[in-house]
Amino acid sequence: MQWEIVVVMFIYLALNIGIGLYCARLNNQAKGGFLEEYFLGGRGMGGFVLAMTLTTTYISAGSFIAGPGVAYSMGLGWVLLAMTQLPVGYLVLGVLGKRFAIVARKINAVTVIDFLKQRYDSKAVVVLSVIGIIGFFLAAIAVQFIGGARLFQSMTGYSYEHSLIVFSLVVVFYVTFGGFRGVVLTDAMQGIVMFIGTAILLVGVVVYGGGVQTVMTNLSAVNPDLITPFGVKNFISIPWIMSFWILVGFGTIGLPQVAVRGMGYKDSKAMHQAIIIGTVFTGFLMFGMHFVGAIGKAIDPAIKIGDTVIPELTKKTLNPWLAGLFLTAPLAAIMSTVSSQLLVLSSTIIKDLYVSYVNPNPEERFIKRTSLIITAVTGAIVFILSYTPPDFLVWLNLFALAGMESVFLWPTLLGLYWKRANSSGALASIILGSAAYIYCHNFWARPLGTHTIILPLLVALISFVIVSKLTTPPKKETIRAFWG
Amino acid sequence: MQEDCFRDDPRYKQANKEALLAIGLFFLNVIWWFVFAYGLGSGPPSEYSYVMGFPAWFFWSCIGGFVVFSVLTWVMVTYFYVDMPLGAETDYDWKPGRKEG
Repeated sequence: MQWEIVVVMFIYLALNIGIGLYCARLNNQAKGGFLEEYFLGGRGMGGFVLAMTLTTTYISAGSFIAGPGVAYSMGLGWVLLAMTQLPVGYLVLGVLGKRFAIVARKINAVTVIDFLKQRYDSKAVVVLSVIGIIGFFLAAIAVQFIGGARLFQSMTGYSYEHSLIVFSLVVVFYVTFGGFRGVVLTDAMQGIVMFIGTAILLVGVVVYGGGVQTVMTNLSAVNPDLITPFGVKNFISIPWIMSFWILVGFGTIGLPQVAVRGMGYKDSKAMHQAIIIGTVFTGFLMFGMHFVGAIGKAIDPAIKIGDTVIPELTKKTLNPWLAGLFLTAPLAAIMSTVSSQLLVLSSTIIKDLYVSYVNPNPEERFIKRTSLIITAVTGAIVFILSYTPPDFLVWLNLFALAGMESVFLWPTLLGLYWKRANSSGALASIILGSAAYIYCHNFWARPLGTHTIILPLLVALISFVIVSKLTTPPKKETIRAFWG
Repeated sequence: MQEDCFRDDPRYKQANKEALLAIGLFFLNVIWWFVFAYGLGSGPPSEYSYVMGFPAWFFWSCIGGFVVFSVLTWVMVTYFYVDMPLGAETDYDWKPGRKEG
């Protein structure tokens, strides 16, 4: 492997550690409560940082490695599919909106489970959501760790184990010491790297291919299906692709690691800015990376493994320094995603379990130390899981995105906007929604041609509404706390 | 269920309007994307027309859609979203409809 790439990589990792240290100092100097500082950065995010952390948390290795890999074999139809993610920025911030930010301040919520706990006042709802977060997040994070280590391995030539150690040490370090602030500031830097990287690769590949027209001609010469919206052999059917507007568009409102960002911004100006920046940023990245993958076929039709498409194209079309700079982008995408999930995981354990049920008034010093320790331990557990990944991990990760959505989307959204929403409704929705998902996943993968997520989300919504209507309305104090 | 003993937070009315706008934009986005992709892209590839080297369906749906909806997002936020305080206090003098907080 070229030494230039290794040099760029290590400079980049060092920068992340530096930001973590800087934020650790800020967290210690801050005057507010430690939990609000550590897990929400004192609700001080400005527009640019909010946009970056929201979108980079959402955009993972999938959009930089796996997605372009599929686009390589499916052609422009897969770019069309990727564009269903354009609304993420304006949907999450716009729909949860100012109501979410205002309510979070009224009830002093720091996590999404905090919000659910106070809204529904039900242990069962909290326990199920905590189980959901711990199960799905452990799997999702471990899979990203594995991806990060493999990528690092392919770039530096180190062994998988060594790559995993370097990668996890850096991430766990800046998350543990930097807290939320460390996570969002590194996210912002990683976002910039991702943006520049995508731009470099996009231009590099198109120029190398001889311009758009030549590339398109070559692409349709390989297989005319590649330039249709339907993919090769009509793989991308219309009901199926439409479902992605829900799975990766609307449904993302329910992802706790994304939603929690809707609690943490400074003021309404920051939110307005973030909606615009976030939308442009997501659109550019989704388009750029998947387009590069799709036209990769016209440049080198012989790549066998989907996940190697982007690294191969990078090495072929860019000079080593630029290649090093670009290859930090997918690594950045992975780091920004796991760091947020890691923090949600540790906030779940500390805030939603320990402070809520074991010791409501812990000493400030004690909680400070415990928060750091729990975050580090969580990171260590994930490291062990990824060192020799057990089978159930891969299996759990398959459910992670859709499972999270079927657990959290409606309880969050209806709890925020519908006064009548109550705990029985939320419980019914969580249980029936995930049951329906497991059923569909195993026995009815594409109901009426749609993606597996659609039917379970409908079941979850309908059961939520019906059961809420049939049971007693929530307590007056709750309504007053949330609406008054 | 009557809950007349308190008034809803006055900021919610505007916040609801903004949330509905975002959902409206989402549906427009879906429609634009769908109409151009399948309106122009459903025929055989040999009969495609091209814009700047891209197949027309792809240009209008993916590239055009990205640009148009980035602009529309900017319009929505700049002209229809209103600055407001987000703090927990409920007795703000804030009235919806005016730009000043």
